[in-house]
Amino acid sequence: MQQSQSQPIDREQFEAKIQAEEKIEPKDWMPESYRKNLIRQMSQHAHSEIIGMQPEGNWLTRAPTLKRKCVLLAKIQDEAGHGLYLYSAAETLGITREEMIDALHAGQAKYASIFNYPASSWADIGAIGWLVDGAAIVNQISLQRTSYGPYARAMVRICKEESFHQRQGYEIMQTLAAGSKAQREMAQQALDRWWWPALMMFGPHDGESAHSAQSMLWKIKRRSNDELRQQFVDQTVAQAQSIELRIPDDDLQWNADTGHYDFGAIDWDEFNRVISGNGPCNRARLAHHVNAHHEGEWVREAMRAYAERQS
Amino acid sequence: MDATTQPDTEDDIAQYAIRLGDDALIHGQRLCEWSSQAPTLEEDLALSNVALDLLGRARLLYTYAGEHLNCSEDALAFSRDEPHFQNVLMVELPRGDFAFTMLRQLFIDLFEIRFFNALTYSQDKQLAAIAAKTLKEVEYHVRRSREWLPRLALGTPESKRRLQAAADELWGYINELFEVDALERRLIEQSIAPDRQNFYDDWLAEIQHLAIQCQLELPDSPWQVAGGRAGRHTEHFGHLLSELQFLQRAHPGAQW
Amino acid sequence: MSETPQPALTPLFEVFVRSRRGLDHIHVGSLHAHDPEQALAYARDTYLRRGEGASIWVVESQHITASQESDAASFYDPMDDKPYRHATYYTVPEDIDTL
Repeated sequence: MQQSQSQPIDREQFEAKIQAEEKIEPKDWMPESYRKNLIRQMSQHAHSEIIGMQPEGNWLTRAPTLKRKCVLLAKIQDEAGHGLYLYSAAETLGITREEMIDALHAGQAKYASIFNYPASSWADIGAIGWLVDGAAIVNQISLQRTSYGPYARAMVRICKEESFHQRQGYEIMQTLAAGSKAQREMAQQALDRWWWPALMMFGPHDGESAHSAQSMLWKIKRRSNDELRQQFVDQTVAQAQSIELRIPDDDLQWNADTGHYDFGAIDWDEFNRVISGNGPCNRARLAHHVNAHHEGEWVREAMRAYAERQS
Repeated sequence: MDATTQPDTEDDIAQYAIRLGDDALIHGQRLCEWSSQAPTLEEDLALSNVALDLLGRARLLYTYAGEHLNCSEDALAFSRDEPHFQNVLMVELPRGDFAFTMLRQLFIDLFEIRFFNALTYSQDKQLAAIAAKTLKEVEYHVRRSREWLPRLALGTPESKRRLQAAADELWGYINELFEVDALERRLIEQSIAPDRQNFYDDWLAEIQHLAIQCQLELPDSPWQVAGGRAGRHTEHFGHLLSELQFLQRAHPGAQW
Repeated sequence: MSETPQPALTPLFEVFVRSRRGLDHIHVGSLHAHDPEQALAYARDTYLRRGEGASIWVVESQHITASQESDAASFYDPMDDKPYRHATYYTVPEDIDTL
């Protein structure tokens, strides 16, 4: 009886906090749909970090110098760490790590579609750092102001650590672009393959995103998909020009009136194909995660059994 | 010591540094293979840390050797052929399952904690400095691998079975850790290198003690394999090198 | 034993780190481990990769007692209406900079 009477007041207080830019913390009252929205977004963000380890891991044992090998391993390790921060933050909402992993394996939870593309050359490692991390950073800086406290704090931590990720990628591209003919071609081909998928990372156009509107209202999401995408394009064009690589878009043009770059149409058919499971690597990425998890079961079981015996 | 022995000593030190660098690089490479495959996310991070320590150590040692040989760390890592790599065979074995990886890690960590401690007393200042830095890292590694042993040995019947299988497979590669060849004998006489043979009894005693605590059977077989120090590797090594060196070999002279 | 066995979950630990220059331990996140020693080792690998720490505390999440937001009125407000506890409440002559 008391609970249903207090709900409208709880709701008012919740909305007031959101309006006042105060953080919502784990023990606070929150609408069930806010909680569900956050669990979805945070767990999918975490899954993305973990799956993202795979394309880069593909070149770890083949990195062409010792320095590049160490930097790449440190980057991949950071991604594991970021996944861990995000899983931790999501667990404050009452979901367990096991439940989130089960949802990933069952195909109910998604991860960033960008990782469904193969890292087929060393230059892809450069392109991933430069473009994929570059796009992620644009999004993440904005998320530091998200309304849910643990998520915001995880994002602040992640943003601090991201700074070298993009730089190492760009430096790889820079070195290749200034290298042999074969290396220049390798770099250009990687840019050709990763450019459009990177733009798709910002999600559908604003009018067409199912979750965006509610996420913006609750200040989970702070800036719109199109705004962030435009920011990314604007900052990346100059970076590409500086290393004399061509962005694969014939419609790319500076617009003096708007003060932004106009760019070509995104192939949303491809986006939908890949996000719904039919990209080049979807099955491999998930299978890899499922297999690794399965292979590790006996270890986790041994740890549990040993711990129980000790207690 | 007359002047003619001096260049030889520097050559020896360079080869010795390369040998220790090879141990670290090849072991680090095998640990890299665990990325995104570890039993838990936390363990993925932990294994990567050990790998980074090993790769960093390889870089320091190769750089030092490279100063004398007038070549880069990368030339040593990516341009040498199989017969010129001098790592112990144990580190080039495939990563196997988690029990294999962690037992190999334990055997090596227990060796390295003794070895690098002794190397800090080297007459060669640079080796001593590298050893001091390495020792801090190895102290952490050995703590970790010591903690994993009982979890696997006394966890479930399956973990025990896998650990036992790992012990049976690894045992034949142990003697090589303690072998001293002519190169090391020369450096030992000049107090530049520690005598590996000195560590054997103590190392074995600790392993036996841990084995008893964990109800693990240490193999009895006299079968032992060696040859790494002379560049005679297992069939696994060629594949490892193919992966490691592919890009540099495919693009000779390129900058990365 | 007629009970259905509960799926055994790996315990959750909260991690607190005091940086080298810091005075207090700050909550940085959580992780899963089976015992405090393992939690400590993992905390170092996860939260101190950039050498930021001088001290780590790990506590099983279930052992943390937290205040509830609904307690705010009685728990916090009386702490908030005594401004004389804050230095800014007091005026001090401008040329005094040692107070």
